[in-house]
Amino acid sequence: MTRFSLGKYLLPTYVFLTFLFLMVPIGYTFVFSFNDSIKSNIIWRGFTLDNWLNVCDQADVCGAFGNSLLVAVTATAVSTVLGTMIAIALVRYRFKFRSATNLLLFLPLATPEVVMGAGLAAQFLDFGWTKGLTTVIIAHVMFTLSFVVVTVKARVATLDPALEEAGRDLYASPMQVFWKITFPLLLPGILSAAMLAFALSFDDFIITQFNSGSVDTFPKFVYTAAARGIPPEANVVGSFVFIVAIAIVIAVQVRSALKKRKLLSK
Amino acid sequence: MAFVAFGSQTPAKEQGPSKTGRVALFLLLPGLFYLALFFITPLVSLIITSLKAPSATGAIGRYDFGLEFGNYVYAVTQYAPQIFRSFSFAVLATVLALAISYPIAYFIAVKSRNRPLLKGILLTLVVAPFFISFLLRTFAWKQIFSNDSLVVNVLKDIGIFGADSYIIGTNFAVVFGLVYNFIPFMTLPIYANLDRLDLSLVEAGSDLYASPSKTFRKITLPLSLPGIISGTLLTFIPISGDYVVASRDFLGGPDTAMIGNVVEANFLRIQDYPTASAISVMLMATIVVLVSAYVRRSGTDDLL
Amino acid sequence: MATEFIARGQDLELKGIRKEFPGFVAVDNLDLKIPAGEFFALLGPSGCGKTTTLRMIAGLESPSKGEILLGGKDIAGMKPHERPVNTVFQNYALFPHMSVLENVAFGIRQRKLNEPLAKAEKALAMVELEHLAQRRPQQLSGGQQQRVALARALVNRPSLLLLDEPLGALDLKLRRQMQIELKAIQMEVGLTFLHVTHDQEEAMDMADTVAVMNQGHIEQLGSPEVLYDRPKTAFVAKFLGQSNMFIGKVTETNSETTSIEYKGKKITGLTKRSEKVTGVIAIGVRPEKTYFHETQPIDDPGLNILGPGEITDIRFTGVSNQYQIDIPGIGVMTVFAQNIGRSPVVELGAQVYVSWKIEHSFGLSDLPSGVEEEQ
Repeated sequence: MTRFSLGKYLLPTYVFLTFLFLMVPIGYTFVFSFNDSIKSNIIWRGFTLDNWLNVCDQADVCGAFGNSLLVAVTATAVSTVLGTMIAIALVRYRFKFRSATNLLLFLPLATPEVVMGAGLAAQFLDFGWTKGLTTVIIAHVMFTLSFVVVTVKARVATLDPALEEAGRDLYASPMQVFWKITFPLLLPGILSAAMLAFALSFDDFIITQFNSGSVDTFPKFVYTAAARGIPPEANVVGSFVFIVAIAIVIAVQVRSALKKRKLLSK
Repeated sequence: MAFVAFGSQTPAKEQGPSKTGRVALFLLLPGLFYLALFFITPLVSLIITSLKAPSATGAIGRYDFGLEFGNYVYAVTQYAPQIFRSFSFAVLATVLALAISYPIAYFIAVKSRNRPLLKGILLTLVVAPFFISFLLRTFAWKQIFSNDSLVVNVLKDIGIFGADSYIIGTNFAVVFGLVYNFIPFMTLPIYANLDRLDLSLVEAGSDLYASPSKTFRKITLPLSLPGIISGTLLTFIPISGDYVVASRDFLGGPDTAMIGNVVEANFLRIQDYPTASAISVMLMATIVVLVSAYVRRSGTDDLL
Repeated sequence: MATEFIARGQDLELKGIRKEFPGFVAVDNLDLKIPAGEFFALLGPSGCGKTTTLRMIAGLESPSKGEILLGGKDIAGMKPHERPVNTVFQNYALFPHMSVLENVAFGIRQRKLNEPLAKAEKALAMVELEHLAQRRPQQLSGGQQQRVALARALVNRPSLLLLDEPLGALDLKLRRQMQIELKAIQMEVGLTFLHVTHDQEEAMDMADTVAVMNQGHIEQLGSPEVLYDRPKTAFVAKFLGQSNMFIGKVTETNSETTSIEYKGKKITGLTKRSEKVTGVIAIGVRPEKTYFHETQPIDDPGLNILGPGEITDIRFTGVSNQYQIDIPGIGVMTVFAQNIGRSPVVELGAQVYVSWKIEHSFGLSDLPSGVEEEQ
């Protein structure tokens, strides 16, 4: 029994230390967003709020951040719509070439980004398309689509088809059934798919670098800046995004916990 | 849920065949057409490009259509060390990430099962690195381990490191960075699997096998195999194509370049599109072969 | 209160309905007529096609062939939302994102009728759940959800109400209670109910008419009493309770009685209670209609007498005892004896004779499966 009780403390200690390790670069980035740096942001030179207050003094950082937002929002919107449609079809309908469809959806998940990025770049080269924001958005819709399908599909699979049948039985036309029953019930899945797509798009670097031409996104800016040292404004943007994302995650969790409690208490 | 993409899932309930095919086509075609146009044809473009010959005019970055299979021979002979290094790094980093992540996933899914608050916090912490840019967190490690950093100086002071020792630019630094970045990709699918683990099976196991370690090996581990497969694929595939961590501006050095770095340099810097494409095609082919063999052997044919 | 919902139900008639799925035929050439206002049960084992039949009536499946007439009008081509038919689904299919009241009001709102909420409240009052109107369905017990599903269907005053194993998810005690409630509501509103179930007790208990379905067709249709007392096929005899079955060649038949020879013994039934009087036929009798005797009964043309045999098993079930009697040369027979103190007290291993009145025999139109014609 002594071995067992040792294990009782061993695992939590290990988990605690690993989480500490996971947080190190995050903490570092956050702390150095307040560094009163001169040129490079390597050595701690004292605390300042300047970087946060005047983040757009580094016009490149702000512009790149804006591009990233634009790309992520547009790509997320398109891939969420397309992916949700596919997910519903996969679960609810029977059709030929189902396995070919599954393969086509699986392959992007199993393809290294560098291959997708180079392939698309080679195609744009062949077509003579100029690389820019449009090509980045096209690329991002492509690689986020399968993630959306997988996420929404899991939700569709938990949706009892009898609910839709009940809607049809209660005088709702197919369109009304979709908007009044299917869509509201799928919404949590669609939202998490959209959040995932947004996160993937926002943080993507490799595919973006191959297809963006002269346009900078935030990760691309960081990559280029890395050679000469990343300015603290980049840390500000990174920390800001981090805080917003964590706040959303916590809000979602609190909300679902409250909902669960409400359901149980009544 | 996307992180169980590679695992076997309970197949979605199939509906009666009476559903009209027209609606299915309406739902499927836009997305599938999109993927055909911007995922499949680029792969074809890649193959075509990989066989191109230098332009007759001799202009840089211009190539003519051809069947230059020699491009592949050139790529392999020229970049053999990088190719070998990539797969070694990917295997090593995947194994290490699995070893580090499994206990975490187990702790969150099984040990915290009845403590929703703790579970929520831990899950948030696991995904937290996702929310800070991949490049920023990798760069943070570079600074933490840079030559004049606190870490390196302390190591020198206590005598573990010699005066001219360094971390950045070594194979260790690159594998370290890869493992760090992909721990969440490994942890989440295993967690998702263990979360569904029926604890009464474990209880029945401890009833039959008595020792906790044997129960773990005979019950928990085999049952979590789909999660492990999913996690290893989600880790191995991106690592094999990554070039940020191994880049000289991040954790790499002159002798740490991976396939991704070769493709980036050839495609984007020296505009040797055929060589870059040939390497990409080979990488893709290797991944497809490995993944299908791996998935088939593990008995999870149900891909998506 | 209930007068709000009284609407005359309509006749339902199925003509030559057939439903094929790839690889099998779920429903084969089905004809059925349900008079308005009747409580009709479609009874059968799982996979017999009863649910497919119900789904075709609701419009959730379309028949491969045949007509579905409701009040004389063919509705086979109509979409589910165009049919004046409502369904109580097996697991209720209550919308989890709406309150109980909104669930009930859904159909009224879809048809853009006046006062959806007021009508929904009245429907909820009928099932005595008005106090739970603002709850979410997940917060209700199984029995309450069942009643909400019923109210949600009834509020639309459909010409025909379909019930798809509506009590299947409830435990035994609640199921019995809901059976009584459901029957009472049906009598109150006077609608045509079509109830699909695999529970023979439930069907017999509630329905005016029961149709027993097997492998896509109707084996027999009739009142519960008739189905039990005079099953026409071996399937019906077995599906509705137990029976002792004897298969043999007809040795004599006249306008009164028909007899077969079974392993050297004569078994007799009434000719009017036989579906078939030539060749090899099966004659059966329900175990509770048989008696055993410790001494050999006096021969009587009105009685079938078998034995002696040995009691090999006695099972006490409360109201009755169930005896297994192994008669040499005949086989094992089952006899139920009521525990009212009148039957002889016998023990395991006792030698007894078995008898039953010839008017309790029933002659089947077919033979139990697995029995060859030559026997």
